[in-house]
Amino acid sequence: MDFFLQLLVNGVCVGLLYGISAMGFVMIFKSSSVLNFAHGELLALGAFFFLALITWVKLPILIAFILTLIGCFILGFIIERFFLRPLIGEKLIFVIMLTVGLAAMFKGFILLIWGGNLHTYPEFLPETMSLQWGSIYIAPVYTATLVISVLFLVLFGLFFKKSSQGIYMRSVADNQKAALSLGVHVRRVFALSWAIAALVASMSGIVLGIINGVNVHDLSSIGLKVFPVVILGGLDSIGGAIIGGIIIGLLETFTGGYLSPSLRDVVPYIVLVFILLIKPYGLFGLVEIERV
Amino acid sequence: MGEILLQINNISVVYSDVIQVLKGVSLSVEKGHIVSLLGSNGAGKTTTLKAISGLLKPENGEVTDGSIIYENKNIQNQSPEYITRQGIIQVLEGRQPFKYLTIEENLRVGTATRIGKPYKQDLELVYNYFPALVARRKSLAGYCSGGELQMLVIGRALMAHPQLLMLDEPSLGLAPLVVKEIFNIIKKINEEHDTTIILVEQNANMALQVAHYGYVMENGKIVMEGTAKELSENPDVKEFYLGMAASGVAKSYKDVKSYRRRKRWL
Repeated sequence: MDFFLQLLVNGVCVGLLYGISAMGFVMIFKSSSVLNFAHGELLALGAFFFLALITWVKLPILIAFILTLIGCFILGFIIERFFLRPLIGEKLIFVIMLTVGLAAMFKGFILLIWGGNLHTYPEFLPETMSLQWGSIYIAPVYTATLVISVLFLVLFGLFFKKSSQGIYMRSVADNQKAALSLGVHVRRVFALSWAIAALVASMSGIVLGIINGVNVHDLSSIGLKVFPVVILGGLDSIGGAIIGGIIIGLLETFTGGYLSPSLRDVVPYIVLVFILLIKPYGLFGLVEIERV
Repeated sequence: MGEILLQINNISVVYSDVIQVLKGVSLSVEKGHIVSLLGSNGAGKTTTLKAISGLLKPENGEVTDGSIIYENKNIQNQSPEYITRQGIIQVLEGRQPFKYLTIEENLRVGTATRIGKPYKQDLELVYNYFPALVARRKSLAGYCSGGELQMLVIGRALMAHPQLLMLDEPSLGLAPLVVKEIFNIIKKINEEHDTTIILVEQNANMALQVAHYGYVMENGKIVMEGTAKELSENPDVKEFYLGMAASGVAKSYKDVKSYRRRKRWL
């Protein structure tokens, strides 16, 4: 029973992390229907940027963290401005191919500067952040993950529900022509969604880097893991991304714990196929409202 | 004659560099007036509106000739972001709500062009015009009825405090009673806020009842213009757009020679 609970807790923590990584992906898809194949690389960029700030510049952890988030937010703007904006109005497939190109470019950039080896962050999370309930132990990283994901969920929830900018972003995702007719700055919305996506990606990159070490190949492959998560949750649902992430996280840890560690990467996909057979839009995907 | 708010001089509009839709359209809109634009399907009414609002661009259309002057500024081929900020708001044809936003959130998008995005007071204003929306304020627009949606999209445009409001077929697919209500409100908006309105309509009868001035379009050209009264008394307009025989009585199917009269401008 203890083993089960421990797996459950680990699964939820890992899953939340997947969920957060997927959130940025969903955000871009929601506003501009672009599948961002460079998401894993954005994650890696965030992780390496943080690494550079704490090992080379030797900034305090908190300041480095905040600077990384700000830097990646700006990076998102720059990506949109220089790579995606010229393609507005072109076929979607061109834009998607562009993100594949971006992925290669970012990966090459990281390899050029840091190489393909495994780097690690210095230990900085204090042991007091760990939680202990009886025999269940939550490592400090996972506590931090829990806190950060809940915080971001609440913040994004408020942003999209209450703030004007959040409502404009949803309106563009919903009906671009109508949004344009009311004077919503559609290009600004696209830029903002890339900026937020890059910010969220960098944050999950850092957390993953703390858990698994910082390696460009590992981090960018998380970009692929985002796909089952978002497809499961529904490509256009931010809440769905989190739930999808938790489900995939749980499936992985339970398979790893009870069946065999080598199956842990496969079982989530098998379950995914079955869920899609029953709910083709994903668990929380929008079913088109049709009025006749 | 009063002050001219919008002047269109001889514009041509071409889609995808080859398809010419407007062939020299000129019209002027007086401040504080309701001007209606009549004509059959494909005459170019919607294109004229889109040329004004800048929404041609995303559809690969362009004003190739002539000028659109709004408050002494040339606005042809400007971006919709710029034009909406000058106070010109177009309500698109066929009710385009944000389906997955609630009524209230839909209305809030209307404030996009305004500085500071104030919305609380204006919500009250819109709910005053359209009390039917109050009960539905928290429900998704996708689940509202056609009449409610038409009220919603007009209300949404009002949130922007437009100086020039362009309505594209507000009566489309609505029950006669609802149409009447909508037109009453259009008149009220015009009177109470001094909002200039361009009204594109198939329902010529209704449109001429509320409008001050009207233009008739056919094949990408303006073929007739006049005050609403002149137009509704014109025998051609009566026959072709109001569904009456030239003598003024309602047209009957017994009248076998219904094609005797031709649109003489074609």
